[in-house]
Amino acid sequence: MNPLGDGGSPPPTSAEEETPMQRDRARTIFERSVPGRRAGTLPAADVPETPLEDLIPAKLLRGRPAELPEVSEPEIVRHYTRISRRNFDLDRGFYPLGSCTMKHNPRVNERVAALPGHARLHPGQDPSRAQGALELMWLLQRSLAEIAGLPHVSLQPSAGSHGELAGLLLTRAYHVDRGERRTKVLTPDTAHGTNPATVTMAGYEVVKVASNDRGGVDLDDLRAKADEQTACLMLTNPNTLGLFDENIAEITSIVRDAGGTLYYDGANLNAIMGHTRPGDMGFDIVHFNLHKTFSQPHGGGGPGAGPIAVADRIEPFLPVPQVIRREPGEAAGAGGNGDGQIRYDLEYDRPRSIGRLRGFQGNFGVFVRAYAYILSLGGDGLTEASETAVLNANYLLARLREGRTGRYAPIAFDRRCMHEFVLSAAPAKQQLGVKTQDIAKRLLDYSFHPPTVYFPLLVDEAMMVEPTETEARETLDGFAEALDAILAEAEQDPEVARNAPYVTPVRRLDEVAANRKPVVRQLLDSAA
Amino acid sequence: MSRYTSNTGPDRDAMLEAIGARSIEELFEDIPEDLRLGRPLDLPDGRSETEVYDRLSELASRNAHAEGEVSFLGAGMYDHYVPAVVDALTSRSEFLTPYTPYQPEVSQGGLQAMFEFQTAMSELTGLPVSNAALYEGPSAVASAAYLAIGATGRKKLVASRGLHPHSRETMVTYSAGFGSEVVEVGLEGGITDAAALAEAVDEETAAIFIQQPNFLGSVEEVEALAAVAKEKGAQVIVACDPVALSVLKSPGECGADVAVGEGQPLGNRLDYGGPSFGFFCATQEHIRRMPGRIAGEATDVDGRRGFALTLQTREQHIRREKATHNICTAQALNALAGIIHLSWLGKRGFVELGELLVRRTAYARERLGAVVGVEPLHDAPVVREFAVRLRASGGGRVDTATVLRLCAERGFAAGYPLGRDYPEYEDCVLVAVTERRSRRDIDGLADVLSEVLSMEEVEMRGQAQAPVPEQVAS
Repeated sequence: MNPLGDGGSPPPTSAEEETPMQRDRARTIFERSVPGRRAGTLPAADVPETPLEDLIPAKLLRGRPAELPEVSEPEIVRHYTRISRRNFDLDRGFYPLGSCTMKHNPRVNERVAALPGHARLHPGQDPSRAQGALELMWLLQRSLAEIAGLPHVSLQPSAGSHGELAGLLLTRAYHVDRGERRTKVLTPDTAHGTNPATVTMAGYEVVKVASNDRGGVDLDDLRAKADEQTACLMLTNPNTLGLFDENIAEITSIVRDAGGTLYYDGANLNAIMGHTRPGDMGFDIVHFNLHKTFSQPHGGGGPGAGPIAVADRIEPFLPVPQVIRREPGEAAGAGGNGDGQIRYDLEYDRPRSIGRLRGFQGNFGVFVRAYAYILSLGGDGLTEASETAVLNANYLLARLREGRTGRYAPIAFDRRCMHEFVLSAAPAKQQLGVKTQDIAKRLLDYSFHPPTVYFPLLVDEAMMVEPTETEARETLDGFAEALDAILAEAEQDPEVARNAPYVTPVRRLDEVAANRKPVVRQLLDSAA
Repeated sequence: MSRYTSNTGPDRDAMLEAIGARSIEELFEDIPEDLRLGRPLDLPDGRSETEVYDRLSELASRNAHAEGEVSFLGAGMYDHYVPAVVDALTSRSEFLTPYTPYQPEVSQGGLQAMFEFQTAMSELTGLPVSNAALYEGPSAVASAAYLAIGATGRKKLVASRGLHPHSRETMVTYSAGFGSEVVEVGLEGGITDAAALAEAVDEETAAIFIQQPNFLGSVEEVEALAAVAKEKGAQVIVACDPVALSVLKSPGECGADVAVGEGQPLGNRLDYGGPSFGFFCATQEHIRRMPGRIAGEATDVDGRRGFALTLQTREQHIRREKATHNICTAQALNALAGIIHLSWLGKRGFVELGELLVRRTAYARERLGAVVGVEPLHDAPVVREFAVRLRASGGGRVDTATVLRLCAERGFAAGYPLGRDYPEYEDCVLVAVTERRSRRDIDGLADVLSEVLSMEEVEMRGQAQAPVPEQVAS
């Protein structure tokens, strides 16, 4: 891996010359439209070509066709291939976006997800004729339950944030069932933004819990705030600083004693598989990000899936339908088959269920990939994946403690980390006049995706780095050297970073102006 | 087994040395002893790639799918042809493997695709603002409820019984958090009962929810229903089938404030229900209340045109508990498939698709209706789906599950049974037609139904003499 990026030499330090991609100005598919061109063809009409107005009253019909582009198939392929090259992606290079677990996406998973038995299976198919799919879902549920240390799983939530909402709606149902009306949800100040946003959507009030000087939950603050109004504590462990909270047993018992439920944000599960389990720590509800820990490609912002695993006390409230296995002995009258075979089914009759969270059974295509991944690695492989993720993070951290990064962007909480860590570029800002944002933008010129920036909020000029287990040592070395090189440039001339990037398809965008007068669609000539 | 890691034993040793740790276990020291698992995970051993393929292939082989039978299943997800260019382009690494475009300088491809997607969805729905997609249809409906509650300060949600049952159920689930109440309005002659709707909507009503076409396949008179809601200051939310919008008057033209829906028919495979995408379009008035990502045009420091996530102050990562929604990761790749499919169909092809569906569906309704024992549930206009009531040829009541099983044994997934969601339609099925179902397939279904309905075993035991219920809305 060349630390100096794709070019093999240091990237330009100014924007004097436009790159070929910069010269190729953005044109949308609508701007490539030429009247009369087309790509798709349809089967010939084989039924009477009755005028539409004879079938649907004219007042219900569209007056003019939607202004979709008119383009040929070769032009479509060129267009989307061309714009695709304006993306940086995980297959091109290192993508240490903290909290996002940008690990390799195994291609066999894509292949098995595309099998017609998966891809062309209709969600309304009768369960007796979708036994392979239901068995796969059931097996994935069992696997996730084992990894989480919690016995019951619903695969339904569509992403982590959806799992969070499920968790708080389950919490609400649990308390209501006990005749309690609790109003508050505790979230630490290191929480992902989705946590507080979910709290509001679920009709609760956010109560922030402070962090201590080791980056963990401040126990005194937690004790002061956990009371009879506490519905739940939402926590991730390791937390968003990449630190495992040593007081976790105490934290969960404080909240449990106050009568609240414990919600585990599974965004950081990649650190602990096979080592410890949220259920064993005392959590009641966990969400998984199948697109993080279980290798579903991130797709430029989805799809993902956010299954949840729960404790016995939460199980009665799980969403419908639930995938269940009927054992051979179960009587036919009880929904069993009575023919001596195992059957999988969708169970709707769950009187205390919170209900449905979405249509049909969930993001099945993601389940296929996640299950293929679990099958590939096996129990020991998953354990080793977490070990290597933690090893890679600590190795990169060790490299970054050296030299200029150690001086200008030291680790925020000086401890060993788990699978990720947070640096603070506050010294770089003070001493060099170069902010986290500038370092991030300059990294783009070096062909690295920057870490997550300005999060978590309690760290000034934060850079959150998550290398994942699939990166090779020399890639980590290359990243460390690039950061050092960027800070060396800044020592000489801070303007280099301040004006970066130089070689990306576009340079820094005026997002303030874009927000002031948002243009969120193309205006077409004939648009009303 | 496949591990997808790169570092060898010697690499690990050198890395541990650089860290100053004796072993990998030492890196896990912060985990208290009594919380460590202390045993291997109870999961099978890892397998080679070929074994994984074979296992997944075996599971897949036990599913009856649309490549192996003639499927008339719909009910919100449809077996459209997904053009080869959609697969080819969406499987490019540059689209498949990045994440949310937080660094716009190196995410122009994804951002531009979002902008194009938004433009297309805005065109289809006739509303000026579209987001870059939500998870899927029913949760998008619930998200529209959240917007309406925020916009009006009211908490009553009036939903047509023609709204997809999954959407209604999801809205009820979310309502526990929103503190809202869902009131249902029934159907009359296959469409929303306008008089009942007028009665249900009052000054407490945040929004009405109409589906177009509705769950039974009928085209609703949205404009008239919208007018009723507007009189009381309620928002008008239309959940729509994007493919039907090729021929139907757009929700915007009908007075909708928000149009949402399930995007699967646009470029996304069935996948047993997901992943697909939900879309969310609204009037300009709601732009700062929208959920989810929105891409906008922006200019770079040198004056080049570019795209960036815009209005991010609505979103959870900035606004936290004051965000308009909690959504983060959504369905960017699925929305990309949507815009590529729409481009492939193009302005004319999209309309041709809609017209083909309307004509084939009309043919199918007539053809099946001519089968003894099959009766269309209503005669409201339809686009691509319709409901029929089934009787034994002799006039007796049938067991719907048995009919469907016998059809399946003859290679036909005849339709989606309505009984679970609509007890009043226990003996009815929903039949969906796509461009992949030819006239021959439709004729085949008619023949199979004719055969099956004349079989003795389909009759409900003990009810063979039950009178035929009254016809609905003839």
